[in-house]
Amino acid sequence: MKTIPHSFRYGWLVLSAFALLSLGLPAQAQESPYFITYDHYLEEPGSLEVEYFSNLATQRGGRNFAAYWVEFEYGATAWWTTELYLDGQSTFGDSTIFTGFRLENRFRLLKSEHVINPVFYVEYEQISEADKIMKEIEGHDVEVDHATPNAILRQGHNHELEMKLLLSSTRNGWNFAVNPLATKPLTGGDPWEFGYATGVSRPLALKASAKRCSFCRENFIAGVEMYGGLGDHPSFGLWQTSHYLAPVVAWNLPSSWTLRLSPGFGLNDHSHQFLLRWGVSREFSGFGSRVASWFGGQR
Amino acid sequence: MIRSAIVGGAALLLAAWLVGIVAAQTNSSEAHIPPKSVYAELAKVPAKAAGRHNPLEADPEAVAAGTKLFEQHCAECHGANAEGGKKGPSLRADEVQQATPGTLFWLLTNGVVRKGMPVWSRLPEPQRWQLVSYIKSLGNSQTPLKQ
Repeated sequence: MKTIPHSFRYGWLVLSAFALLSLGLPAQAQESPYFITYDHYLEEPGSLEVEYFSNLATQRGGRNFAAYWVEFEYGATAWWTTELYLDGQSTFGDSTIFTGFRLENRFRLLKSEHVINPVFYVEYEQISEADKIMKEIEGHDVEVDHATPNAILRQGHNHELEMKLLLSSTRNGWNFAVNPLATKPLTGGDPWEFGYATGVSRPLALKASAKRCSFCRENFIAGVEMYGGLGDHPSFGLWQTSHYLAPVVAWNLPSSWTLRLSPGFGLNDHSHQFLLRWGVSREFSGFGSRVASWFGGQR
Repeated sequence: MIRSAIVGGAALLLAAWLVGIVAAQTNSSEAHIPPKSVYAELAKVPAKAAGRHNPLEADPEAVAAGTKLFEQHCAECHGANAEGGKKGPSLRADEVQQATPGTLFWLLTNGVVRKGMPVWSRLPEPQRWQLVSYIKSLGNSQTPLKQ
């Protein structure tokens, strides 16, 4: 009997989740194009955004892979957004595996807009060493880390607390964001690790057109991001780690779907030579009040 | 031993996370519909910002574009015709209709984060002015709602 590849099964699972959630739920979308960098905008209160992302990477000294993750991003309040990530990966000619989960929270620190807007980010992650989504580059993360077969990599586990300070500014349609990060492994005596992500982006048009349209220029946001490691506590710096430069583009459809694409290029010999990230997401506004109404709460 | 401590810690963290979300929903639903205090935010806008003019006031397409933006981003909380909802106050109220364009623009830009209104500076400045054009076109609560 012919078996269905795991990645195919996961795909159907994600599509089914999108279809189930879309029943009777209105929505909207105005998403940034970044994959790694965060700006200071949080999810609208009560809205749920379901996102599927993929990271296809070339691998020297090993097999190319596609890593993917599903995000459930919920606006708990206007100043707090919380997210659950489920990660997996397929290494070509090797295997497809689930690699762990992450719980992420972002807290807006100031109550109104300023020139620079800080948001505090804290994440707990419980993932195996086979995790390859590369959602952040930290410490001395290098390409060769991903060359080992999955059967060996998945035996190692990481329990980490990760913190970021998200600094972001929007002027004349341009968004500038810088995210320094620090990670502390919760087991063993491993040191603090550091990394960064930075991005700039702008919609292709600033005024909205009067008609609903899919291909209007204001629906497209383009930019570029750069991210990499900064070593660890004993050896801080830009060396012996990897760095990437990646153009990004997002297409916000009126139907509330958002599509994102980003080819990424390694900037040194420690980096993967090429990454291709893509993602699809849909926002379900009013999700919180609808769920509350199922349990007798007010809509 | 270490593994069970980690699993236990992760379970505790997950439980605290879920409790936090539920508590946030409870607080935010209690915070809904205090219109008078929400409208009081209009008076807190800095005078310089309140005095700004809408640069798209004469743009014949601004109201139509603002209508589209309102449906996409605002109707969920403020109602399909801006008549108000469980989460957001009516924008047809006299307090809003009598506010200056600059006041509405400032509130859109900065939100009222502690009371559940998010910042909308993610929308480019011209789109926020288009929204202001739409809100000011609504008329007050005596104006009939569109069907």
